[in-house]
Amino acid sequence: MKLSREEVKHIALLARLGLSEEEMERFRGQLSNILENFEVLKQVDTSDVPPTAYPISLENVVREDEAAPSFTQSEILANAPRQEEGCFRVRAVLE
Amino acid sequence: MNLYNLTIHQAHQLLKSKEVSSVELTKAVLKRIAEAEEKVRALVTVTEEIALLQAEQADQRIRAGDFTPLTGVPAVIKDNMCTKGIRTTCSSRMLENFVPPYDATVVEWLKDAGLVMVGKGNMDEFAMGSSNEHSAFAITPNPWDLSRVPGGSSGGPAVGVAVGEAIYALGSDTGGSIRQPAGFCNIVGFKPTYGRVSRYGLVAFASSLDQIGPMTKDVADSALVMNFIAGYDPRDSTSVNYPVPDYTKSLIPDLNGLRLGVPKEYFVEGMQEGVEEVMRTAIAKLEELGATVDWEVSLPHTEYALAAYYLIAPSEAMANLARYDGVKYGFSYEGESMWDAMERTRQLGFGPEVKRRIILGTYALSAGYYDAYYLKAQKVRTLIRREFADAFERYDALITPTSPTVPFKIGEKVDDPLQMYLSDVCTLPINIAGIPGLSVPAGFADGLPVGMQILGKPFSEETLLRIGFAYEQQTRWGERRPEI
Repeated sequence: MKLSREEVKHIALLARLGLSEEEMERFRGQLSNILENFEVLKQVDTSDVPPTAYPISLENVVREDEAAPSFTQSEILANAPRQEEGCFRVRAVLE
Repeated sequence: MNLYNLTIHQAHQLLKSKEVSSVELTKAVLKRIAEAEEKVRALVTVTEEIALLQAEQADQRIRAGDFTPLTGVPAVIKDNMCTKGIRTTCSSRMLENFVPPYDATVVEWLKDAGLVMVGKGNMDEFAMGSSNEHSAFAITPNPWDLSRVPGGSSGGPAVGVAVGEAIYALGSDTGGSIRQPAGFCNIVGFKPTYGRVSRYGLVAFASSLDQIGPMTKDVADSALVMNFIAGYDPRDSTSVNYPVPDYTKSLIPDLNGLRLGVPKEYFVEGMQEGVEEVMRTAIAKLEELGATVDWEVSLPHTEYALAAYYLIAPSEAMANLARYDGVKYGFSYEGESMWDAMERTRQLGFGPEVKRRIILGTYALSAGYYDAYYLKAQKVRTLIRREFADAFERYDALITPTSPTVPFKIGEKVDDPLQMYLSDVCTLPINIAGIPGLSVPAGFADGLPVGMQILGKPFSEETLLRIGFAYEQQTRWGERRPEI
């Protein structure tokens, strides 16, 4: 499976991951090599095999909706890169 | 003997009999950190003040007769477990200045038991790596040979324990990140069953694979730590509500009546000759101790585990790491626009291996490739789980090497990700199946440590500890310490 430059660029955009030209070329080569090796999975017959998402069987986990103490606004904002009037400040979404 | 070389149970005896105070023990460990850290760089943060304060509190508890076997015993916590008020970096630029407002459940429970935390352990960035070379801050070398890697991703905690910068540590294991560095550094590393230990407050890498566990100087210590970190936590919806035994009760020095299997697929091509020799000697020892050993077990899907793992883990990672957008916490680049800020934040905040896995995971989940890669890998995961389940109908445990080689050279695999991934080949099937795995020191090849991996069915932690303990009592490989 050879990845094209355009594909790497598209994937990086989906992941909102900025990449330099040099990174893009390096990852293209490395990931092509990795995916080529993963072709081995095609040899496995998985017809009628259900997928496993978690190694333990999980039912929906629910709890009572009870009020309990939470973090304060200042505790949560303490790590915020930018804040204003007790809120996270973000860039304009619509321009 | 230097105080910093003590095990938990040895330290506990001295603390209990008041021959040594926790403050004295903690000072000895802090002094060891000051002298060894220049060479090993195992810690991202040294928490000296907090450690001394906790040691004083521990001494008060001991005087009052209100203590546990962990009270006052200095520990290192891997830097991907949240510690309230103490930065938790995941060895990433992205979280370099992140100070969690809460403790991970395991940290909270250890604090209740009398934790003295001396530092946060270095690691591969976001726990992605097998050599610690992907830490954004420092390369931690192997204390047995400073030109070699200590393994990863819990390399810092492993080295910390091996050289006496901690009496014990907590690591996390997604594909071998506790067991492989434990094997490479001649200590004991235990990855419990998925769901046995709460993941609340563990920075998420691959949520269906991650599990926290002890990294200790011997098997008895591993059992002691398990007694305090295992258990149901409603804050982790994948935590399993299953009774927690007293793990120290499983430390029985014989293996009479146990049926062991040796899966031949783990003696892989490319395996180092010296490692194979050590393993054959070690398994023969298990036979001597009373176990019956079947040397011809076959787990034919093992060869597909690597590919399945490196599709599932990056897919989960890309979803988990989507939260790092520079808005609520972590590194943030100002940028020209919202999208530019987000893309540049992630470009500058993440290192190369994290980026590689985000791309791989995004690709495996993207339209047109989902069925061929991610879904296929999840189906293969089912087959691997079933194969283990079948084997555990016939055997109480399976025995394998922890790694196919001894620690490799720094720089040897860092630019060849596939070769790096292959160093996890013996450990990652265990996370895929969600079963427990214990790595114990099994001897040396070319002067470097070799780990033996003991595997069991879900919640068979006691059986694994028993096997590890009996073997350790006879061989005592783990008592050897590197000279640093």
